[in-house]
Amino acid sequence: MAFTTEQLAVMDSIVARYPRKRSAIMPLLHFVQSVYGYVTKDGIETISEKIEVEAAEVTAVSTFYTQYKSEPVGEYHVGVCINTLCAVMGGDAIYDSVSNHLGIGNHETTKDGKVSLERIECNAACDYAPVVMVNWEFFDNQTPQSVRDLVDGARNGNPPAPTRGPKTLRTWKQNSEVLAGLSDGLANEGVSAGEPSKLGLKIAKEGGAK
Amino acid sequence: MTQLTPVLSAHWDEADSFTIEGYKRHGGYKAVEKALAMQPDDVIAMVKESGLRGRGGAGFPTGMKWSFIPQGDNKEHYLVVNADESEPGTCKDMPLLMANPHVLIEGMIIASYAIRANYAFVYIRGEVTHVVRRVQQAIEDAYKAGLLGKNVLGKGFDLELVLHIGAGAYICGEETALLDSLEGFRGQPRLRPPFPAIAGLYARPTVVNNVESIASVPAIIANGIEWFQSMGTEKSKGFTLYSLSGHVTNPGQFEAPLGITLRELLELAGGVRAGHQIKFWTPGGSSTPMFTADHLDIPLDYEGVAAAGSMLGTKALQIFDETTCVVRAALRWTEFYKHESCGKCTPCREGTWWLVQMLHDLEDGKGTEEDLAKLLDLCDNIAGRSFCALADGAVAPIISSLKYFRDEYLAHQRNGGCPFDPIASTKFVTAGI
Repeated sequence: MAFTTEQLAVMDSIVARYPRKRSAIMPLLHFVQSVYGYVTKDGIETISEKIEVEAAEVTAVSTFYTQYKSEPVGEYHVGVCINTLCAVMGGDAIYDSVSNHLGIGNHETTKDGKVSLERIECNAACDYAPVVMVNWEFFDNQTPQSVRDLVDGARNGNPPAPTRGPKTLRTWKQNSEVLAGLSDGLANEGVSAGEPSKLGLKIAKEGGAK
Repeated sequence: MTQLTPVLSAHWDEADSFTIEGYKRHGGYKAVEKALAMQPDDVIAMVKESGLRGRGGAGFPTGMKWSFIPQGDNKEHYLVVNADESEPGTCKDMPLLMANPHVLIEGMIIASYAIRANYAFVYIRGEVTHVVRRVQQAIEDAYKAGLLGKNVLGKGFDLELVLHIGAGAYICGEETALLDSLEGFRGQPRLRPPFPAIAGLYARPTVVNNVESIASVPAIIANGIEWFQSMGTEKSKGFTLYSLSGHVTNPGQFEAPLGITLRELLELAGGVRAGHQIKFWTPGGSSTPMFTADHLDIPLDYEGVAAAGSMLGTKALQIFDETTCVVRAALRWTEFYKHESCGKCTPCREGTWWLVQMLHDLEDGKGTEEDLAKLLDLCDNIAGRSFCALADGAVAPIISSLKYFRDEYLAHQRNGGCPFDPIASTKFVTAGI
């Protein structure tokens, strides 16, 4: 499999965003994941040609960042936050529960290729703890049961919608395209802010802001 | 009782707060018109005089940072916004960008004009797809409205704004690692000097500012210095976002004048969850030494928190009640720093692995009192001995928890393991799992 002419043109447009070509390496790696689901040898070589940097250097960058995967992940990549606050609030129990439920561990994928699991670090949503990310969309205030239901839905092709995100959950490859800086037209879907984000504002309005 | 002061968050309860129409409805993009009618140096002077300090952790005066950019040097200048929000507990910039990305763009236009930059970047962490969508859309709409691109608002100022999306590396929140990452390398910190103001992105003069710092600029330009200084304390002026999480009745974001106390914020959040008491808390993320119930009345401004032995940091107030094991908390944070150490400096790369091993033993009840001294000695050989502050952050939870809860470490040894029930700390403890 090789990249299509259209895909190569998209890669050129990504390179053109930057004053210097090498800066495009990260969005190009996200783009490769949107095509293949992970960073392939072909992807590395094509990036190397596009930005005129040795393939070994592209690999060095790719392996530094945890979001770039060296092997395929699930169509729905489930990240359970196990950093201290989420872990204490229930993230540890959620991780154990969903790991047992799926029969897979950290960085593993179900045999049907539908769901993969990762222990993730703080995802900047602590006021919604415990937090789970699926394809890097927010699933707030989770419980072991809600996450078991979530992965069952994902395996049946009917995953729930993110708490703060688009109306329907997109696949890993589709969301990788967004992370390459390409618009999917879904920015207007979903809430402006969740309830905890608006709590101070609500109290200020009730009590009279200064 | 300190009054809340929603400025950045003032319209987050509107369904279209993130759109350009929603932003303009409340005076959005008026400040940029005002700023572009001023001399760039006057804009810098105004921000300097306002007393605005960095909201990303270090608290460096924003206007002073801008004034360090050499002018008339015939070099390209760059503005880079640090939206890599990853410090454990920190959760203010992501909701801000989801609900109101335009306030950042307006601030970036003003800042770029002031420092004479024609290229600006937002470096956003990669694990937040919907926030990325919102910022992308906002940039696109700002271009369409003539606020970005050639000849901004017909004032003869050109500005290209690029959204750069990270890929999961806490270290890229460190400004020089961020610049290396943006240049297309592994994100590892640089030795300073030279500072980014002299040799930053592509070795050109560069300002790196936090999201909230830049987003605070339009309100200062629009409402004036006096208005801004009417909030806050003597050396910590203005409003800021405080994020309460953990064992509180109602966690969330509270925009308040600098200097509010945790006691006041807890009251607004409905207190510690019912039937429990506060045990320890972080004032500004895991890298800031923890506090206890004895510190509820410390003014949460740069000086107040520093005087009490910690740092204001990102104002990420993580609250833990008496059901939480402090050894477990410290170990988990240490595992985070081990995972995120970039590997450049030996004390941090190797030391964080040793710390994790020792803490595991202590948690399992296999540690001794001697090990506590060894642990502190190890911390002493990590902090301050690396290029960047990750190493200092890594030892903060350990040193501070030992200071306040030394006996709890020893209780693990006496008990032959952790004396706490982790389920008792969870949010769903009463609901069952």
